[in-house]
Amino acid sequence: MRYAETGFNLEIDLTRGNIERVATDPELTKLHLGGLGTNAKLFWDRVGPEVSHFDPENLLIFGTGLLVGTPAPSSNRTVVSSISPQTRLFAFSIMGGFFGPELKRAGYDKIILRGKSEKMVYLWIHDGKVELRDGEHLRGLGSLETAEAVRMELEEPNAAVSSIGLAGENRVFFASIEQGRSSASRLGLGAVMGDKNVKAIAVRGTKDIQISDPMAFMKLCNESLHYIKEREKNPVKGVMPILAGLGSPQEMAVDDEKWHTENFMWGNARTRRKGFWTEDIAEQWSHTMHTMRTRLLSCYNCPMKCGAAISVDSRLCSYMMKCFSKLTYTMGAFADLDFGLRIAQKATEHGVDAFSAPQTMAFAIELLEDGILPASEFPGMPEDSEGRFYWLLDKIVRREGIGDVLADGTHWAAERIGNGAQAYAHNNIKKTEQLPLKLGMLNHMYFLMYSTGEKVNITQIEGNFPQAPFMTREENEEFTKDWPHVPDDRFKRWFEDWELRGENSIPNYPHTEAACEIVNWQEQMHYIDDSIGLCAGLSSFPLKPPFHIHNIPTLISAGAGLEMDEETLKFVTRRNRDLVRANNIRRGMRREDEKPPEDHWKRRFPELEEQLLTDYYLFKGWNEDGIPTEESLRELGLDYVAEEFLETGILKAGGAAAAATGGAS
Amino acid sequence: MSEPKKKKTIKRIIIDVDKCNGCQGCEVICSAFHATPQYSSNNPERSRIRVIRDPLADIYIPVYAGEYTAAECAGRDKYMIDGKEYEECAFCRASCPSRDAFKEPDSGLPLKCDMCESDPTLDEPMCVQWCLAGALVFDVREEEVEEEEQEPEELDLGIEALANRHGWETVLAAVSRLSKKDD
Ligand code: SF4
Ligand code: SF4
Ligand code: SF4
Repeated sequence: MRYAETGFNLEIDLTRGNIERVATDPELTKLHLGGLGTNAKLFWDRVGPEVSHFDPENLLIFGTGLLVGTPAPSSNRTVVSSISPQTRLFAFSIMGGFFGPELKRAGYDKIILRGKSEKMVYLWIHDGKVELRDGEHLRGLGSLETAEAVRMELEEPNAAVSSIGLAGENRVFFASIEQGRSSASRLGLGAVMGDKNVKAIAVRGTKDIQISDPMAFMKLCNESLHYIKEREKNPVKGVMPILAGLGSPQEMAVDDEKWHTENFMWGNARTRRKGFWTEDIAEQWSHTMHTMRTRLLSCYNCPMKCGAAISVDSRLCSYMMKCFSKLTYTMGAFADLDFGLRIAQKATEHGVDAFSAPQTMAFAIELLEDGILPASEFPGMPEDSEGRFYWLLDKIVRREGIGDVLADGTHWAAERIGNGAQAYAHNNIKKTEQLPLKLGMLNHMYFLMYSTGEKVNITQIEGNFPQAPFMTREENEEFTKDWPHVPDDRFKRWFEDWELRGENSIPNYPHTEAACEIVNWQEQMHYIDDSIGLCAGLSSFPLKPPFHIHNIPTLISAGAGLEMDEETLKFVTRRNRDLVRANNIRRGMRREDEKPPEDHWKRRFPELEEQLLTDYYLFKGWNEDGIPTEESLRELGLDYVAEEFLETGILKAGGAAAAATGGAS
Repeated sequence: MSEPKKKKTIKRIIIDVDKCNGCQGCEVICSAFHATPQYSSNNPERSRIRVIRDPLADIYIPVYAGEYTAAECAGRDKYMIDGKEYEECAFCRASCPSRDAFKEPDSGLPLKCDMCESDPTLDEPMCVQWCLAGALVFDVREEEVEEEEQEPEELDLGIEALANRHGWETVLAAVSRLSKKDD
């Protein structure tokens, strides 16, 4: 009997139209849990470094986390993995919503797509019945339109549908996979789906999901709900409202955007607008929120409501939005919120990532204004900023004219344009557009997170440790009083001693050893979530969440029937972490790729940064080039990775390089 | 009127459809609570509360399983409430041949909400405990009733938020009519 998971994957060969239900090895669950962990293992085994993003051999995996579909609140995550057209690395983009639990109930842990279909198709999974159906008639439809059309056609109003819009069909490098309430937006996985000629995947599942130790599991679930209730009544004091509560940032619930609009950058991540948030603006934007936001929305089995139904036409829900996508279009175009919510409806139907798309359009406008791209490249483009954004979006998703170049994202577009355009693709990590954030003094922990995070998105590595200390030591101590979440008490001391200014402040404090531990802890929590399918919003992302390193082991053991304790979980997580990295090292990722956007901080400390990076690598069991050492790979049971690295010369026998420099100070 | 009065406990769940967002938490916990052994599995298909969801129409209606009916209704009406169009079935509690809701997926036997009857009695039914959105509110009242009056312990499908709006009485009347049909 398998608990929490189903023990079966769906293998779909699109080239031959072949569908297989394959039993999985329970040993792999012990070694990697599920979700990201087992996705990474499949990629290691089956997608060599010679495979590029649009090759038929590239896989597109929809992998549910181990606990998805159980009663654990927010256990609804699906990890979508593929080789990204943007980074050319192993990518994982995570969606919530309703798709994962439905897939589990249909009897599958993962859908593994390989090959390419000759014609446009969609996949229909209804419990044991799985078929590839003709999807030619869906070509050109928006992502939500597609989902509706598929549900109507199948007469299955309750089917969960993941689909792509025009952007995915036309292989825009930042195309998303949309799912209504949620999406897998980052790193262009919608383009891979489009390249495979799969317009949508519809799932309906009606089977049970089993729990190994029901009473222990439910006790934890009930406690977590109780905790959430109390925690919602008692937001963390002294931090900004969006950091005070649980869930992903509550952008849909708040009206006050003074902090974002005055501290984050406008346009192509360059312009800070101090004093922007006037009373008039506040009133106008509140009005927009109150007229266009019709309902706050949860994902499957979660008491938080991070999303919202947005109405831009006569319907009460034209699309569903969450988090910072609320502001990215508005700020990219120097426009107002009404525009932002309206264009986001089109962008969602087209299926594009809400960080990369507006950034790429703002980048194009800058290139035009600075004469790097001639006006003749923009025939018929309106004069006003809003009109230009609509025009550009349309060109990009159709890959028409300059849109074809821009559809490759700022990094690759700049390469194609040349003429100094590279300097305008300035807000990227690993070739991917980031939050438009520019700050003063280097935060050394964020430096490490930006540099080494392989999700290529800061929100997917930061979280449980506060971004800054409070004004006074007393407030720090107040915060650490009820902070059982930390791995051990050292973390509390480090936080208590941390100061805004003076000796114990960034970038020298927390000192190197502490900084490594703090960064590692935060990343570890994300890797745990991504393997078991909990939402970061109730675990790795907010301060003081209901799920943490001390109760998740019980959740896993009681839920899935695996023997699990803290040490084992940390060890398995290290294994998964290193396997993700191994996939990318094999694809050529090295130390020189690991850096934040050049202009992220005004005050940089090159020597300190280099030393920190080295120290962190060594702390992680990687050598100075960021490659997991033979010793550490063998310790983690990843001998097969070590052997390949030795064979291909990526690692030298003996690992001399790794041992040469001293460890953490 | 000198007949003896008797106290009776009336248990109701008040549904505020405006607060529901279709998370299915109530379905998860109801089916887990009624699993054998308790909590050993979950499956919204087995839940005695189902949420009629149509996100793009902004429709989210929790409906409790009521009586079994052998035949489906002959005609179907539509309701317009607040500019939204609802199928009559959206409000119906019956386990009915026309749909899958409120039937055991394996046996096809009808399901009915039992208010989480258990020993010891729960403070609140599980679905109410798990709906942190506040769409389901438990309400217990002592009421004096005429002795011979057989008040069925029925859930109140009054939908508070819409109750004051014009025309809702019609809906309520139709719903209660429907739920008593073909007993
Ligand atoms: S915390 Fe928010 S994003 Fe996460 S599962 Fe809950 S509703 Fe969805
Ligand atoms: S738990 Fe509450 S909000 Fe969620 S679907 Fe049920 S009634 Fe609606
Ligand atoms: S009251 Fe109990 S039996 Fe009835 S729907 Fe709610 S959880 Fe299920």
